[in-house]
Amino acid sequence: MLLQEAAGAAHPLSGTLAEWIWLVPALPFLGFVVNGLLSLVPATHLGPADPSAAGHEHGQAGHEDRGAHDDHHHVTRHRNAGIVSLVGPAVLGLAFALTAAIFIGMLGAHAEAPFVRTLFPWIVTGDLTLNAALQVDQLSIVMTMVVTGVGFLIHVFSVGYMQDDPGYPRYFAYLNLFVFFMLVLVLGASYPVMFVGWEGVGLCSYLLIGFWFTDKANADAGKKAFVMNRIGDFGFLVAMFLLFANLGTLDFAAVSGRAAELGEGGAVITAIGLFFFLGCAGKSAQIPLYTWLPDAMAGPTPVSALIHAATMVTAGVYLVARSAAIFSLTPVASLTVALVGAITALFAATIGLKQWDIKKVLAYSTVSQLGYMFIGVGVGAYSAGVFHLVTHAFFKALLFLGSGSVIFAMHRAFHHTGSHADAQDMRNMGGLRRFMPWTFGLMWIATLAIAGIPPLSGFFSKDEILASVFARTSHSTLAEASWAGIPGSALLMLIYVLGLAAALLTAVYMTRMMLYTFHGPNRSGDAERSHLAEAPWIMTIPLAVLGVLSATGGLINLPAFLGAPAQKLHHWLEPVTGAASMHITHGEEAHLALGTEMALIALAVAIAVAGMAYAYARLKPAALVPKDQSPAAHGIERVLEHKYYVDEIYDRTIVRPVVALSRRVLWRGMDTGLIDGLFVNGSAYFMRSLGWMGARLQSGQVGTYAWVLVIGVLAVLGAFSLS
Amino acid sequence: MIPEALALSAVLFTIGAIGVLTRRNAILIFMCVELMLNAVNLTFVALSKLYGVTGQVFVVFVMTVAAAEAAVGLAIIIAIFRHGQTVNLKNINLLKG
Amino acid sequence: MAAFLAGIHYNAWILPVLLLIPTIGAVLVWAHGAVAGQGEAASMTARRLTLATFVLEFVLSIGLWWSLDQQSADWQAVFDAPWIEAWGTRFALGVDGLSVMMVLLTTFLMPLAILGGWTSVKAKVHAYHALMLLLTTGMLGVFVAKDLFLFYVMWEVMLIPMYFIIGIWGGERRIYASLKFFIYTMAASLLMLVAIVYLGIMAGEPLGRPTFDYDAILALNLPPAATFWLFGAFFLAFAVKVPMFPFHTWLPDAHVEAPTAGSVILAGILLKLGTYGFLRIALPFFPGVAMYPAVRTAIIALAVIGVVYGSLVALVQPDIKKLVAYSSVAHLGFVMLGIFALTVESVQGALMVMIGHGLSTGALFLLVGIIYERTHTRLIDAYGGIAKVVPLFATILTVVALSSIGLPGTNGFVAEFLVMIGSFRTYPMMTFVSATGVILAAAYMLWALQRMIYNKLDKPQNAALRDLNWRELGLLVPILAGILWMGVYPQPVLNRMEASARKLVTDVTRNAERQQASMMMGGR
Repeated sequence: MLLQEAAGAAHPLSGTLAEWIWLVPALPFLGFVVNGLLSLVPATHLGPADPSAAGHEHGQAGHEDRGAHDDHHHVTRHRNAGIVSLVGPAVLGLAFALTAAIFIGMLGAHAEAPFVRTLFPWIVTGDLTLNAALQVDQLSIVMTMVVTGVGFLIHVFSVGYMQDDPGYPRYFAYLNLFVFFMLVLVLGASYPVMFVGWEGVGLCSYLLIGFWFTDKANADAGKKAFVMNRIGDFGFLVAMFLLFANLGTLDFAAVSGRAAELGEGGAVITAIGLFFFLGCAGKSAQIPLYTWLPDAMAGPTPVSALIHAATMVTAGVYLVARSAAIFSLTPVASLTVALVGAITALFAATIGLKQWDIKKVLAYSTVSQLGYMFIGVGVGAYSAGVFHLVTHAFFKALLFLGSGSVIFAMHRAFHHTGSHADAQDMRNMGGLRRFMPWTFGLMWIATLAIAGIPPLSGFFSKDEILASVFARTSHSTLAEASWAGIPGSALLMLIYVLGLAAALLTAVYMTRMMLYTFHGPNRSGDAERSHLAEAPWIMTIPLAVLGVLSATGGLINLPAFLGAPAQKLHHWLEPVTGAASMHITHGEEAHLALGTEMALIALAVAIAVAGMAYAYARLKPAALVPKDQSPAAHGIERVLEHKYYVDEIYDRTIVRPVVALSRRVLWRGMDTGLIDGLFVNGSAYFMRSLGWMGARLQSGQVGTYAWVLVIGVLAVLGAFSLS
Repeated sequence: MIPEALALSAVLFTIGAIGVLTRRNAILIFMCVELMLNAVNLTFVALSKLYGVTGQVFVVFVMTVAAAEAAVGLAIIIAIFRHGQTVNLKNINLLKG
Repeated sequence: MAAFLAGIHYNAWILPVLLLIPTIGAVLVWAHGAVAGQGEAASMTARRLTLATFVLEFVLSIGLWWSLDQQSADWQAVFDAPWIEAWGTRFALGVDGLSVMMVLLTTFLMPLAILGGWTSVKAKVHAYHALMLLLTTGMLGVFVAKDLFLFYVMWEVMLIPMYFIIGIWGGERRIYASLKFFIYTMAASLLMLVAIVYLGIMAGEPLGRPTFDYDAILALNLPPAATFWLFGAFFLAFAVKVPMFPFHTWLPDAHVEAPTAGSVILAGILLKLGTYGFLRIALPFFPGVAMYPAVRTAIIALAVIGVVYGSLVALVQPDIKKLVAYSSVAHLGFVMLGIFALTVESVQGALMVMIGHGLSTGALFLLVGIIYERTHTRLIDAYGGIAKVVPLFATILTVVALSSIGLPGTNGFVAEFLVMIGSFRTYPMMTFVSATGVILAAAYMLWALQRMIYNKLDKPQNAALRDLNWRELGLLVPILAGILWMGVYPQPVLNRMEASARKLVTDVTRNAERQQASMMMGGR
């Protein structure tokens, strides 16, 4: 630690605003405390007084999202709503402003090493030295800006979206707490501090998914998310144990510097990489741990936007980028990351093709796009992965908030007429562009961005990833390695093809979603139609800001062939991930010939356009009927609609056997049967039966006792006289 | 002198023991127990001539205890009699397991 | 603070006073009961008197936080008085880093446990409180005993009040549970008595009379063959108390039947006496046996089985108290893993789990007691959706449950993380398996939590539940504060245990090699 402090003293950022970095997470925490205390004051029920009847019935459809109204059509607004609306977003705004100021300070500072701000010793014992320390470097500041910036917009949106919910202060308390933990995650200077944030965001995710906990489906989804995340956390923990056992440190700076001591390509470093990736698979919803994310859509929609699209689920990508020094030394783990990412990207995209719930489409889209990011960081293009993380945060947050706006409108319309139809099912929507032009336009921007249409942000980031994969099929440590007997170059080619296929499907399902939601005739019902309207300005303004960012986000990292201002993000991240990236490409920047690169871009754009055109040509929104009149799907469509039955398979093969084993074998058989029954109580019964036999000897006749006594005495005397 | 006293003591003790073993009446058994105690007392007194005064001290102890025992024992017998209208040990087996 | 304490010679008198206060309190409460009878007013006086005694006890004990030298691993605050001269037993007391936090945990939890049973104990109130006070003397006595005979006496002293507390104020099957508890632990500890007597005689040989002084026995050079039997005797006594798999079956019964305060003390403190025994006696006295590869691996395997097995069985418990009881088996498995993995980090972690488990499981039992008092059922399925009617209760239950499953930011994480990261260096595969307990813990705790406080409020009898009152809130908030404090800033606690943990690890490692070498010689 002394060493770090000494380095810190000479650091270009010491003494600047970066010293105040602790204030960035502290502000949301303050918000959590204030809102949390306010939430303890019960809601003012403007509805019926009986607590069991009032308030929180969230529609008949189990997964229905908008639930702030009860069946009696009363609006319950929390009496502290005003101050909460101010505090909740304001702390985020301030945190973003501070982050931006620190970022501006960093622009001229040319800090090659991370700036570590040690707050206090956390766990210092034996050989373990863990400080509560925050780290400011090029990577963490980018992440912090995304978290606070996008987070701020989503907080503002939430003010409109959640205003009528009786749990309004509780909602903002959780949301603030989430941002606090997310900032600890990205700013932590060591793996355990990061892990605090890592599990903390999981907790907030759990609390927010189950925000409307009176519905069993929501509570189930929250629990599922937490437990599956815990499986990932187990991997994270084991990776940390391995690191500590082999290097004796868990600080990022020290691990990065000494990763080579673990031996390139060795078993230990590969195991570390794979266990870290298990953690990523849990947090970032990759195969085989992805099933919690679609269920997580049970939470309020802004939560889906913030936690399950823009920030928390990208933590796995951040972890790989942060551990670039480790992953770059283990081609096997890196290729695993990329391969799992590619398979997940395609697999989730196929499921997205047949979902009817608008949020489920976006959820599988998120899983798929996260797969994309893992392709990027897996092949060692760390800056490309982070680039896609940033642009995805923009356009996916926009898509989710847009869908929230749609659901808000649908729910309000259904609410007015007392209908219990599903406000999230696209079969009940249609033609919404006439009623919500702003949402319609902005969501199309995001759709084009995610589909990869130039010059929107998604095009640049997706292209960067695909180009990086292609460039590494030769002349890289990955291409030269072999993965389970398959040559790395072939595997990379496969990953490239999978990535292209996923891009095609992305274009298809996103166009499908837009067509069904906004185009064609309206299917919401005649009475409901008159109540459809654009959401209030406090919800549309964040949408507009995100629209601008989705459109122009590509500017931060334009492709190299465009000349001087290009690849800004890539160069910005160089002090953090540059060396690791270069190690994979044998010390030189991965470059494709201009012709090749142009051909790849043309191919990618052609595929995206083809996908959109196909969807537009084949799908007929006019032919759709509302949900309750729709026929059941058949064949492969049915399998897709049921998400390949993966949940059912997990339930039958893992969950139920474990529970049955625990109950029948371990508890009833082993515990109460064998150990307690046979050994513990068995020995008691044995002793009791011995006693019963002894008791038979007691006749109660004093005369008999006396005879026995005398004979005994005589026997003893006889024995003495004989000896 | 001592051998005679010891012989008498042995005879008395045996009579007492046989009485305890063969009788069924609680009062009689009780008296036989007293007889055995006194046989032992006689031994103590006789042997105190050889081994010093400790034996005589013990006799006093035994007599004290015997007196206490008589008091408690007779009380118990009376209680038993009141309970079962008999002092025949055949009919008394409260300690049966 | 330290200067003030030195000025009043705090260290010289604190330990006997800590043992004396509850004893005097017990006599006073009992005498008050004999004089004033069983009326409502008299009962309230008994409660107040007991609470006042415990608060005094706690306030006095806090000084230990400052008065001890953190750098020293030796006995401190030593008090030594003659006791039974002929047997060489002395009334010798002392604390070090291993025990000081346990003493503070005990004095901290006792007033809260009394408050927890404030309204639920209605019969024989005086006897109950007198026994509680006596129990405290016993528990503290074990933690501060520096004389092995005293250690044993205190070990049994605490058994008897607990037996009565379960047997008289317990639930329906209290007689069965209390007998099982008593006989099981008593039988196991009798072997320990034999071992202690043997050690006392051996250590006293040069003096011509037995001595039970801890340091004298520690310095003893025992014949290798005997150490196996001695270790076995201590192992059995402590393993039952911990309880280690497969000696754990008394625990669920005792927990379920015990009154709230009984459960709190049982889980919070009594179980730690077993692990404390390993740290204080079994390991330092017989390092050769304890570190003998087969023995050590077997014990660690049992510990890891305990973690996984306890978690799995907890998963399917219909009774919330049983669930917590089995989760205790899992947590104590972590402690045993940490102790026998024997690195400074893992031993520190084990100590932290001991403290943390005392807080979080104590709080869990208090919460269960609070809700039981209202509904008279412990079945998880009898609840559901009550977060809506008792939000404060639900919030605190959630925080405590999260601490129990080791969420970062709470004490549970710091403790389990230390155990595992330390144990991984010596027993990587075992630690790997035990880490799955992290997943299972989340599964059983959150599942129970969901079925109790989330979901729909579908039981009409729960619709009018009362939320926490001020007394209940007041007794839970200190524990919550402790849970968060030890999760965010555990360093002061770690500092106080560091020197002793380090000494234990180095001594046991060094002596184990020496003893094992002499065993090899003896074997030839």
